[in-house]
Amino acid sequence: MLARLKGKWTYFVIAALLLFLILIPFNWSLGQYTVLMIFIGLFTMVTVGLCLLLGYTGQVSLGQATFYGTGAYISAVLSKICGVNPWLAMLIAAVATGAFAYVIGYPIFRLRGNYLAVATLALGVIVYILLRQLGPGGPDGMAGIPYLSIGGFVFDTSFKRYFLVWFFCLAVLLISQNIVRSRTGRALRAIHGSEAAAESIGINVDQFKVKIFVLSAVYASLAGSLLAHQMSHISPGSFSPLVSIIIVVMAVIGGLASVWGAIFGAATVSILKYELLLGFGEWDIVIYGLILMLVMIFMPEGLFVRLRELYGRWRFRYAQRGAET
Amino acid sequence: MLRVENASVAYGRIMGLREVSLVVNDGEIVTIIGANGAGKTSLLNAISGVVPLKSGSIWLDDRQISRLSSHKMVRLGVAYIPEGRQIFGAMSVKDNLTMGAYSECARNLLSTIGYIGWFLRRSTVQSNLETVFGLFPILRERRNQRAGSLSGGEQQMLAIGRALMSSPRMLLLDEPSLGLAPTLVKEILKLIVRLRDEGLTILLVEQDATAALKIADRGYVMERGRISIEGTAKELLGDDRVRQAYLGKSVA
Repeated sequence: MLARLKGKWTYFVIAALLLFLILIPFNWSLGQYTVLMIFIGLFTMVTVGLCLLLGYTGQVSLGQATFYGTGAYISAVLSKICGVNPWLAMLIAAVATGAFAYVIGYPIFRLRGNYLAVATLALGVIVYILLRQLGPGGPDGMAGIPYLSIGGFVFDTSFKRYFLVWFFCLAVLLISQNIVRSRTGRALRAIHGSEAAAESIGINVDQFKVKIFVLSAVYASLAGSLLAHQMSHISPGSFSPLVSIIIVVMAVIGGLASVWGAIFGAATVSILKYELLLGFGEWDIVIYGLILMLVMIFMPEGLFVRLRELYGRWRFRYAQRGAET
Repeated sequence: MLRVENASVAYGRIMGLREVSLVVNDGEIVTIIGANGAGKTSLLNAISGVVPLKSGSIWLDDRQISRLSSHKMVRLGVAYIPEGRQIFGAMSVKDNLTMGAYSECARNLLSTIGYIGWFLRRSTVQSNLETVFGLFPILRERRNQRAGSLSGGEQQMLAIGRALMSSPRMLLLDEPSLGLAPTLVKEILKLIVRLRDEGLTILLVEQDATAALKIADRGYVMERGRISIEGTAKELLGDDRVRQAYLGKSVA
């Protein structure tokens, strides 16, 4: 009974969400938020990767902004300085970032828990400093990165780019959804439950951890490339370790073990960051910290998952009351 | 069936196992007893490939398995039940059991492919599930509950059930009695005998030496990484050294 309600609910929400997403840029009053929505889309892609890694597999990463950054920079350098087609640059960036994550993954996943968290954080700091010191443009970053285009159609306005970003974002969400529901997804949850047991039933634990880490890095890299090609300007500040923390907050608010929750998490934090907390300046990180603490203490399963649960319970009670009368 | 020859394991400079040799024949229950830190778990870990051997070799039938990583052991029909009831607490009992059949797909290439695999695996998984529910009726009752909400004994049954889902020929059990009430321990041990009677080979590591030797065919006593005494279970139960050291009985 409950399961059936839940199933229907999911389809309803997905349909409503799609409709809402499609209408935003056309709507006169919401149209001004198109750029904000683009950022939500980009952050959703990064957050989904972290959800797979942290929520499903139980492996902490405080360095997701690293891959967001490498994706953006590789894409920018290739397309602007080397004159590579932006699409190809994006692909190369994704492959290179994935390879980078693979090489880093094997040694780093020998660590567990807090040590893993610190190692990934350190990775983020190192890459951030390298980008600042050695990256083209230094701390100021690069400008004049070419836009993406299909044939003669250039994605040069945020209206057009909005659809591009959300196309990628929904693709990433669907892929992740399929992974989560497959045998691989169950293996990931098993690793979360108990590594010893997962290994004992024949799951190659080390390999799965690295694989999912690579996947999350590729997601982040794609988001980074899209960012570079649509802002046409990037600077290291967008990929600082603080951004990694904000991505963790997004994942936590969205409910760690929920693919669709990632949109909710990314949206909540982006709206806070770009709209509501603008007056706080640098201090907004304090608010995120507070949110992170409150969510972890009162609803460790995540705000989105908690709300969904409450809604499901309400529906169930409502249905029962209907049956009684 | 299983043969360990002069196996040594080292953790850094500390020797966990020193040249241990043992044999487990088809259809036997063999038990390894010994004090804490004697190397019992190290031995199981070495057999199941969790820790690498420093020297020596391990053979399953005529195949050397010393360098095989642990997740591949399941495919050869050796199921390892690690210490401390490692179940997937957040999953339902039934999902825990189904996960036990994870390696079924490795039997042929076709069954690794999405729905085809599911279809090919389904009958085996179903029949194994029925067998496990037959052995542990309580698990059938609780199949939709979260595994984490089960009692200690039920969790141990679940851990054994999950191992059986991979259709193993041999079970490696690490301290199934850990933290269980004496009546439950008896029940678990009875079950182990039953599994043996149905054709499984069992290597049982236990601290509760009396209980283990009562059901075992043969036994090995470990001390500081070595096998100090070996023999049939009856011999060991009657051995003065064993009685004094592990069975808590003064020698008359």
